[in-house]
Amino acid sequence: MKKKYKKKNVLPGFGLSLGITMLYMSLIVLIPLSMVFIESSQLGWHDFIKIVTSDRVFHAYKISFATAFVAALVNAVFGLLIAWVLVRYRFPGKRIIDGFIDLPFALPTAVAGITLTTLYGKDGWLGQFFSLFHIKIAFTPIGITIALMFIGLPFVVRMVQPVLENMEKEVEEAAASLGASKQQIFLKVIFPELLPPVLAGFSLAFARGLGEYGSVVFIAGNMPMKTEIAPFMIMSKLEQFDYAGATAIAVVMLVISFVCLIVINLLQKWSRKHEFQSE
Amino acid sequence: MTIEIRDVSKRYGSFQALQNINLEIPKGELVALLGPSGSGKTTLLRMIAGLESIEEGIISFDGKDLTNTHVNQRDVGFVFQHYALFKHMTVFDNIAFGLNVRKKKLRPKKAEIEKKVYELLDLVKLSGFAKRYPSQLSGGQRQRVALARALAVEPQILLLDEPFGALDAKVRKELRRWLRKLHNEMHVTSVFVTHDQEEALDVADRIVIMNEGKIEQIGTPSEVYDSPKSPFVYDFLGDVNLFHGRLDQGKLKVGSVELNVPEYQNISDKEAVGYVRPHHMKIDRQKQSDDAIAAKVFFCHSIGPVWYVELKRENMDEYVEVELTKEEYEQLNLSVGEFVYVRPKEMKVFIPEDFVI
Repeated sequence: MKKKYKKKNVLPGFGLSLGITMLYMSLIVLIPLSMVFIESSQLGWHDFIKIVTSDRVFHAYKISFATAFVAALVNAVFGLLIAWVLVRYRFPGKRIIDGFIDLPFALPTAVAGITLTTLYGKDGWLGQFFSLFHIKIAFTPIGITIALMFIGLPFVVRMVQPVLENMEKEVEEAAASLGASKQQIFLKVIFPELLPPVLAGFSLAFARGLGEYGSVVFIAGNMPMKTEIAPFMIMSKLEQFDYAGATAIAVVMLVISFVCLIVINLLQKWSRKHEFQSE
Repeated sequence: MTIEIRDVSKRYGSFQALQNINLEIPKGELVALLGPSGSGKTTLLRMIAGLESIEEGIISFDGKDLTNTHVNQRDVGFVFQHYALFKHMTVFDNIAFGLNVRKKKLRPKKAEIEKKVYELLDLVKLSGFAKRYPSQLSGGQRQRVALARALAVEPQILLLDEPFGALDAKVRKELRRWLRKLHNEMHVTSVFVTHDQEEALDVADRIVIMNEGKIEQIGTPSEVYDSPKSPFVYDFLGDVNLFHGRLDQGKLKVGSVELNVPEYQNISDKEAVGYVRPHHMKIDRQKQSDDAIAAKVFFCHSIGPVWYVELKRENMDEYVEVELTKEEYEQLNLSVGEFVYVRPKEMKVFIPEDFVI
């Protein structure tokens, strides 16, 4: 007779830790988010569609997603570069620059917004040079993108840095001994290893950019149909005590962001496929 | 390809890693660089590969000076101790890498690359593993992939840095025999680094023994084992018993015992050390000659068919180890605490004025 053993997990505490995880997630994330849906459901289906597809709101969505996407993309490229420089090279002041990376997190976003607005305004330090070429930065989508670049900078750098630090030097040496040039080593050996953290940093920066309010409202100028972002639309609805309308806009934001993040996560999983195939 | 190394030195800050290395590795040989950690053997190997810069001296392949040639132009295959496989590539892509990165003109056709990779997979006995990722392989399999990857570009020289160091004993032995076989078939000039004397003695055509950045001795396995040139080599290649004494007219006086050293007839009254391998010692119950040393049996243990007897010398705090076959041990029927006499059958004496261990 075969004896049946109860399958036991070697790592203890699964039940307890999962329970705490679920409780915490519910209290901090899920319940507040579901309130958004409940609140917005007070509107009828008809009113809901009318609010979220109104020209002004629709345009605000476009601006929000486009600027957040571009800013995250720029940060992915330059964040990778900064991480590379910080890990691979030695130079005086390296520690200080490394410390500066996190400053955008520490600074109140409104301060960042005001600073950037004065800097990039028509007569600002940097803005005056751009206006020579008839490029307006403050109060345009470019300005919004710059603000989002500022607040999203740390994500990619901090995701890539540890991966780059832990990369074996020998793998690059092996590639070189097989005849690969420096460019080939970067493209074929190093970059594929960095792609997952770059994507992770990108999605964090993108998500942060979508929700950013404080630093953007100053530099955006909030002109209807031009530089209004979705979070600003929500705020203006709230100021008119239109809670249901505000949450309706938020619901659409939430759903689209969620879909975007899932897509990025799938991409990231695909780029790490070799790690999941071990038996 | 013949590798010639002339007057090569290397320092890291104040640490002298290599000091005036002169070495020639003839075409088609399998050479072991053997030494303890910190002896400079890996540094030397990495300099041959071009992974470490050469500041002094010349390294040339077939008379062509390669001192300033970049590693990707040297035509060497390098195998690392920890495999250094490309984690995000399948076994197939790992092996094909060296061919795929070639310039378009030199790159073989896709079908040819494929044929070559499958041939190599056959050679390293991993056919059927082409689509796996390195994380799905065992250590021994990974190292074989690394070897196939290095061989794919048909290197003129194969360099291996402690290739079996991270593997368990049985796999290690299997793989080194297999490497020997492979070398007999391919005749690529190969250099491998190891700190395991057994591995070097087992596989290499010639052994280069290194210590503290210098070459101690170069020779075939039997040469270095049977006639070591320095106490270091003697000590490094196996277990050893030391007898400190005074050398006087062909005798080494160790306490009240006189050991015969016919090759040092002309030296009188000098400090010297006698080196005796444990299997060159004999144990007797009775004192049969003047070179018998009284000792007490301290501990006996066996590893497979070999018995090791540890003895404590009489009136001294020194221990002697004797290696016996099972038959010898059973015949003697020793018991712990018993007094016996040990006698060296063969001894090598070094005068320690220029040798320090």
